[in-house]
Amino acid sequence: MTHAVVRPLAPGDRLQPRWIDGRPMDEVAADFIKPNDRLTAFDRLEIYNRMYWFRLIGCFHDDNPGMRALLGERRFERLARAYLARYPSRSFTLRNLCARLEQFIREEPRWTAPRTALALAVARFEWAQTVAFDGEARPALGPDDIADKAPARLRIDLQPYISLLSLDYPLDDYIIAVKKRSALRAEASNAIGSGEPSGRRRKHVPLPKRGRIRVAVHRHSGRLYYKRLGLPELRILEALRAGRPLGQAVAAGGRRVKPEQVRDWFATWMKLGWLCKRQ
Amino acid sequence: MPENRFNGNTDYGIGIGLRVPHYAHILERKPVVDWFEIISENFMVDGGRPLEVLDQILEQYRVVQHGVSMYFGSADKPDRAHLRKLKTLVKRTGTPWLSDHLCWGSVDGTYTHDLLPMPYTFASAKRTAEKIRQVRDYLEVPICVENVSSYAEFHVSEMTEWEFLTEVVERADCGILLDVNNIYVSAKNHGFNPYDYVDGVPHNRVGQMHVAGHTKFEKYILDTHDHPVLDPVWKLYAHATRKCGVTATLLEWDDKIPSFDEVHDEALKANAFIDGAKAASKPAGRAVRSS
Repeated sequence: MTHAVVRPLAPGDRLQPRWIDGRPMDEVAADFIKPNDRLTAFDRLEIYNRMYWFRLIGCFHDDNPGMRALLGERRFERLARAYLARYPSRSFTLRNLCARLEQFIREEPRWTAPRTALALAVARFEWAQTVAFDGEARPALGPDDIADKAPARLRIDLQPYISLLSLDYPLDDYIIAVKKRSALRAEASNAIGSGEPSGRRRKHVPLPKRGRIRVAVHRHSGRLYYKRLGLPELRILEALRAGRPLGQAVAAGGRRVKPEQVRDWFATWMKLGWLCKRQ
Repeated sequence: MPENRFNGNTDYGIGIGLRVPHYAHILERKPVVDWFEIISENFMVDGGRPLEVLDQILEQYRVVQHGVSMYFGSADKPDRAHLRKLKTLVKRTGTPWLSDHLCWGSVDGTYTHDLLPMPYTFASAKRTAEKIRQVRDYLEVPICVENVSSYAEFHVSEMTEWEFLTEVVERADCGILLDVNNIYVSAKNHGFNPYDYVDGVPHNRVGQMHVAGHTKFEKYILDTHDHPVLDPVWKLYAHATRKCGVTATLLEWDDKIPSFDEVHDEALKANAFIDGAKAASKPAGRAVRSS
């Protein structure tokens, strides 16, 4: 029954009329499901098949507003169905449903062409938000925790909920714009007599133009934030995460980095609670 | 029975589900609520806002855990990583009992995220009961198993659903979360009398009840949890309360969620039926002495 429930829907969101071996589906369903006075076995199995897909597509929809804005409704829906057919849920929680979306887009770029490069970046960014929302947080380090330690030996880590991203598009601005537009649309749809002229077309959020950014997706006081980083900052943070001792990690920032810059960066990161002990 | 070993010998009254749209209202206004039910899976996370909110709720309110993915009826063995996360949450909340569904929903690591109906056979009852025992022994907290609403029945079934539920809970020595809306929905979909179901389960094992709304379609009813409770379900609840005793009752409202006050007011309608059940169970009075 599981295989029947998770099988992709046929056009019109119906249960597929034939089983994988070519047999009529109503015969296959009737083998194990009883009909009643109103519904055939096929009808009863179809209820579960539709509920499965509507539930997962709804979750995919909620987790990927940026991808939806990028591709438009129809291509987004096709991507969702293709992805979920290839990678059904392998976790007890729907939180992990989109964990393999970036991988899928790489494997099958036709679903996002001709915007595949941008779609890959959006998939990374939106997954980073999931991680930031409920990823693990360890006790944060403060200045006293590193003050008298030898930099050549001290290894510190970044909080697990932080994602460090190098992107070819300014997706932080794009996602913020998409979320703002969604919030405005929700407000407008709830408002009574808002006075907005009927028939006015809502503008789409313009696609981001190419431009390299480095950004940390993290949380602070229970809210998601996107913090842009310079290249030296990113290199230092990546080196810390990779387990390099503090001295080496700072050196990874490059020779042009001044000590007072490094002090300021560490002060900010500690204030944000980004740094923690290595486990 | 209001207090029994299946609900940790508690007398929790009327509760509602803890839902995201109500967080701000609850944390700011601190309304009086007997208890909240949380969906375990929403809080089996490693950090972040869900746990921050939960900890604030736990400071003020009683919380009971309800799961949707243990799949007691699945042939797969209990997932150890899942159980570890669940036990961590059990310790955090101090839940006096934990509930999940008499259903299956995963095969070989693929999850449907649905509550699929069981074949009502002695073999599946035995296997399901064994799994419940394993989970209870690991979590060290009483378990109540909930009857699901269903839209399909299987040729291989050897008994009624309520006979199957009874077989499972007696073998597992666990409690029942009696969902009267699910009984009503399944009764309409499968053509049995919902009162037979309520009468046919072991009443002394009922540790909790659920009420909820549903949606009628042309040929079936869907358990949507997005409406107030309909009158026939309230009547069935009243009957169940008279049979089982007044017990912890929860209103499920999971979609198209209205304001906190609207949901809570709907839940508190249960009081009218609870009062009726209490009045019906009182002794008739002292016998008049003949002169």
